[in-house]
Amino acid sequence: MDIQFTEEQELLRSSVQRLLRDQYDFDARRKIVASEDGIGREQWAAFAELGLLAAPFSEAVGGLGGGPLSTMIIMQEFGRHLVVEPFVETVVVAGGLVEQVGSDAQKRAFIADIIAGSKLWALAWTEKGSRFDLATVTTTARRDGDGYVLTGEKTAVMAAPWADYLIVSARTSGHRHDRGGVSLFVVDRRAANLDLQSFGTIDGRRAAEISLRGVRGELLGKEGEGVKALEACRNHAIGALCAEAVGAIGELNAATLDYSKTRKQFGVTIGSFQVLQHRMVDMFIAHQETLSLMQHLSLSLRDDEAGVSRLASGAKSKIGYAGKFVADQAVQLHGGMGMTDELNVGHYFKRISSINIQFGDPAYHVLRYAQLDAAA
Amino acid sequence: MELALSPDDAAFRDEVRAFIKDKYPEEMRVANPETDLSKEQMLLWHRILHNKGWIAPLWPKQYGGPGWSITRRFIFEQETTRAGTMPPLAFSVTMVGPVIYTFGNDAQKQKFLPRILSGEDWWCQGYSEPGSGSDLATVRTKAVRDGDHYIVNGHKTWTTLAQHADWIFCLVRTDPTAKPQSGISFLLIDMKSPGVTVRPIITIDGSHEVNDVFLEDVRVPAENLIGEESKGWTYAKFLLGNERTSMAGIGRSTRYISRLKKIVKAEIPEDDPAHLEFIRDIARVELDVLALEATELRVVAQMARGIDPGPAASLFKIRGTEIFQNITELTHRAIGNYGLAIREHPISANHFMPGPDYGHTASEKYLNSRKLSIYGGSNEIQRNIIAKAVLGL
Repeated sequence: MDIQFTEEQELLRSSVQRLLRDQYDFDARRKIVASEDGIGREQWAAFAELGLLAAPFSEAVGGLGGGPLSTMIIMQEFGRHLVVEPFVETVVVAGGLVEQVGSDAQKRAFIADIIAGSKLWALAWTEKGSRFDLATVTTTARRDGDGYVLTGEKTAVMAAPWADYLIVSARTSGHRHDRGGVSLFVVDRRAANLDLQSFGTIDGRRAAEISLRGVRGELLGKEGEGVKALEACRNHAIGALCAEAVGAIGELNAATLDYSKTRKQFGVTIGSFQVLQHRMVDMFIAHQETLSLMQHLSLSLRDDEAGVSRLASGAKSKIGYAGKFVADQAVQLHGGMGMTDELNVGHYFKRISSINIQFGDPAYHVLRYAQLDAAA
Repeated sequence: MELALSPDDAAFRDEVRAFIKDKYPEEMRVANPETDLSKEQMLLWHRILHNKGWIAPLWPKQYGGPGWSITRRFIFEQETTRAGTMPPLAFSVTMVGPVIYTFGNDAQKQKFLPRILSGEDWWCQGYSEPGSGSDLATVRTKAVRDGDHYIVNGHKTWTTLAQHADWIFCLVRTDPTAKPQSGISFLLIDMKSPGVTVRPIITIDGSHEVNDVFLEDVRVPAENLIGEESKGWTYAKFLLGNERTSMAGIGRSTRYISRLKKIVKAEIPEDDPAHLEFIRDIARVELDVLALEATELRVVAQMARGIDPGPAASLFKIRGTEIFQNITELTHRAIGNYGLAIREHPISANHFMPGPDYGHTASEKYLNSRKLSIYGGSNEIQRNIIAKAVLGL
């Protein structure tokens, strides 16, 4: 199994590569991260212009019909360049949810703006006690006329400070951990009674704590079926994050190998030491395995295979541990340089660490992988 | 697990414990002392220990040390690290001080030692250079004799807390024709000298701990040379031996484990399957600490009987740093989604950090601790030392 890219996919990949090479080198990224908003609006517009924001959507909703494979191609390149803009949050997660469970009116209202690059989105599912469980929700939604009113707290919502809209999970019935009774709502991020406290994340992005005190929301999908929709959406988010991690792993390996061939100590290049050679062979193997698993998962997502949820958890875990290993060793082999803010190696380390928290850490997902097997 | 103590040593331990409890400054108990304290704040405890006569446990009595036995030095180390006190600046007290009283002349001893003890002089270490990390013997910073001065040119890096330093002790090359190890001298340089420039290096945790130090035509009085010219490598190795003795870090690891347990208890409900996994991971690292502590106690007992511990320091450095990295990773994992957040440096009180207080430094500690397996002789180098010196490979 090795994905042979179609001409169209090759074109997508080379055009993303060209765009990022021209507009998103490490210095450009540093400027974006240090800017007041911490996001590159121009770059986002360029992504829209190039059709990246349309790529995964089906043609029926105005997309290019590239599906999970186009997400994989884009995210792998984004991972290589440490792109901070919320492609996963806006296109893969929110756009995916709207396409998957939204009404026709919602699809018309929201997806065109995403594709045009004029609106950004974030998903607010995590709460204080939820850890990585999608069903642990205490935020409530109460019916009020033809809409709903939401009350509760969401924590560590990645990309929320940038977002125009949030998708919020809230309980319409049942108790704290019940899978049923959770519904999804579209909320205007600037709505009345919504309070947002932003903070910087380890990987140079922005997230926020969100407090909802009677905020109006619009139901997305069927009432009580939010967890099911979130699970499917998480599979796609994992597919995207795994591709991003693989892109980062590839760059770390290339940088480390290059460094080991030029850095001299004791009169020889450090790459001549066997202990470091073996370490880099293990890093190479980790890259090969994660690359294969990433492709396997993307195909399974494209074909919507029965076991895709279990595979997604398996990949998130395996690629997470592999990424951690590679990132640790890349810093170690770069010595003091690997610890500096100046070099990109530490920034890949931090992005991989952050990916390993988003949508569940490797330990959570290896357990879920085992449990889904037992349940089958 | 404790050393078997004589009644006198047990009384000493109680005295140290009580002293810390009464005298450790409250304002030094901040979220992350290594990055959050000003120079003046860092020196508070130093001055208190100095007044008590306890600032330099390693030093012989004649130079101002307390004259403790190996056992007492160990007790002091154990009690202060268990209590989480910030150790006095190692570069001054543990590193350059012993070099000066062992290899320096009387004038140097009289000039520098009292000011190290009092905290009046803050020292930093000019060892590493961009091209000389693990392979220290290749230092290229040049010192050329010019009458009763040396003219020094070079670039030192990873210089910890140089931004606060009054003095820097440097390895410089005085004989470019000799073999790498034999052309090196040990020179003391006043940081206020014209031609010394300090440039911050920001690390991946966002903090400013280390620096580049540039030396451009710096005139250094020849009287600041330690020992003999071109014998600096001997002094440098002597100093590195001191650097690595206390890197087992048992006290610190023990404190962080008990904090980790509290975090896991607060963050992860017992019916969450992750709970059992954390319990197991914590137990494993606790056993690692126990085994290392037992090894440390065994070595201390041997040293008290006059047996040379050999390269035990390398073993302590390897395991101590690996264990602490593991603990900071577990802590970062334990706080779950809040692990995404990181404090901004320099720290400001009105900057917002999400989640409970106990998680606020988890990300920066996790990131910062990656340096442990790199600095002070990378763990790869330490393994080479054991392979060669112990296993005879």
